[in-house]
Amino acid sequence: MLEKRPAWATALTYVLLSLALIAVTAPFIWMVLGSVKTDAELRQVPPTWWPDAATLDNYTQLFARMNFAQYFVNSVIVATVVTVGNLLFCSMLGYALAMLNFRFKNLVLALVLGTLMIPGVVTFIPLYVLVVNLGMADTLPGLFVPFLAAPFGVFLMRQFVQGLPADLIDAGRVDGAGELAIFGRIILPLLGPAMATLGILTFLGSWNNFLWPLVVAQNEHSYTLPVALALYTTGQNQTNYGLMLAGACVVVLPLLIVFLLFQRRFIEGIATTGIK
Amino acid sequence: MAESTLARPPVAAEGGGSRKPRVARIAPRPGESRAAWILASPFLLLFAVFTVWPVFQSLFMSFTDTRRRDLRTPFAVDFVAFENYARALSDPTFLKAAGNTAYFVVVGVPLTLAVALAAAVLLDRGITRLRAFFRLGFYTPVITSIVAVAVVWRFLLQPDSGLVNTVLGWFGITGPNWLGDPNWAMPSLIAMAVWRNFGTGMIIFLAGLQGVPYMLHEAAAIDGATGWQRFWHITFPLLRPTLLFVSVTTAIGYLQFFEEPFVMTEGGPLDSTLSLAFYTYRQFSFGNFGLASAVSYLIFVVIAAVTVLQFRLLRENT
Repeated sequence: MLEKRPAWATALTYVLLSLALIAVTAPFIWMVLGSVKTDAELRQVPPTWWPDAATLDNYTQLFARMNFAQYFVNSVIVATVVTVGNLLFCSMLGYALAMLNFRFKNLVLALVLGTLMIPGVVTFIPLYVLVVNLGMADTLPGLFVPFLAAPFGVFLMRQFVQGLPADLIDAGRVDGAGELAIFGRIILPLLGPAMATLGILTFLGSWNNFLWPLVVAQNEHSYTLPVALALYTTGQNQTNYGLMLAGACVVVLPLLIVFLLFQRRFIEGIATTGIK
Repeated sequence: MAESTLARPPVAAEGGGSRKPRVARIAPRPGESRAAWILASPFLLLFAVFTVWPVFQSLFMSFTDTRRRDLRTPFAVDFVAFENYARALSDPTFLKAAGNTAYFVVVGVPLTLAVALAAAVLLDRGITRLRAFFRLGFYTPVITSIVAVAVVWRFLLQPDSGLVNTVLGWFGITGPNWLGDPNWAMPSLIAMAVWRNFGTGMIIFLAGLQGVPYMLHEAAAIDGATGWQRFWHITFPLLRPTLLFVSVTTAIGYLQFFEEPFVMTEGGPLDSTLSLAFYTYRQFSFGNFGLASAVSYLIFVVIAAVTVLQFRLLRENT
């Protein structure tokens, strides 16, 4: 047996971790509290922690006078379509690569996995030229179409399908099911856990994506939330502090709530796939 | 997920592709190949158009004088060989951006790894209760939009009304004008990056620590090794593959940092936080597509080189 750790060491660890936890979460708490403060209070020296007189004015203004409702809807549409696309296309290809034999299979596998690490900053300029020439600049399809099929999902799905028993497929074949029916009726229903992990990661990535929507969305009607927030808080546009913090809350809080609801599955997904 | 063993991170595991997929079958079916292509084609079509094509187009553009006015006719441009690369490398602003990016990566990556590892070890060995609670709290910043947290941090770091300097004031320290001082702006961005990103590494390290056999620690303790010695001589070497994985993915992300300076400092003061990705974006907005492509390819090459280098460094001495 290892020697027992002295009680003071354990207590010290708890104190240390608690202080760290306060430091890590304080910016969020301050953001939420700040979003219901008035502009004047936010400019006060020294700053206040609890709001003097809480008000929802900032939110009312974001949604009633600025177009945040529109940006919110845009973000939801883009993230949802990208997620559904990846779930469908990646599971199809992932299954084919894991369980079926076809010519050029290894080439396809090498090509897809080889591009896993290509950074977005390398492709955004030609992608912009392409999207403009396809007539999709400044439209929602321009925001989601280029991201419907990402290599990471193929990697994840192939990995998961390889863990399923191959007997399932043989059983389907013996029963006379066609190859596509085997995928649709037998495999798809078993992909739940992998779908959940990929779905959450993809939705999150798309919701927080910034560079591409910044490049493609030129007018307010196609802004996503991060683009709107960034453009309203930099340069000459930074007017009202309360509005900025309320805007940050609108970007962060919906995902934060979803995350807290599904956190267990989510964190396990991160641990097993290793990528955020 | 039987396949995803944690001691063996996915990138390393997939690199060779030597493992044969499990295809114990009765007999190959005539419909199999057709079905495979039907399943593969939607992905491959999108992938060819929106991933493979742009990678080559980007390389092509970097050797041409493509500008915004050529947008509709991207092939009616002049070939200029390495002129864009030469122009970038002789631009003092580019060199400044390259230096800033190196600063961000060289300081930021080890710091992120150290905080992540410390948090993971404390959670794994130091406590028995509330583990999931702390883990959740530390992980939360990772899921948030960098743009949104950058807006919040800009407030926290304000010289007079900011929370950070107020707290420092309690201890009699007068904090600097963090984002307005060329010497403090970059450390501020690094601090925020560590705060936002260490949660990912922590989760992966926690998973990696499960793979360190308790027996080894017991045996070493019987031989009289202290806790500190056991960490450096047992835990650390066994975590090496995990460490490699986290360090590669963190470095790849940090080499492309963009949102932080865009929102917090707009690259200033005096270009002290201008990153390579931000420089690329600026050249792109000026309409210099050829030059911007050349810089983006340079970033790509550096990312590849840094990845290889880290594999070398961390693979040795095992």
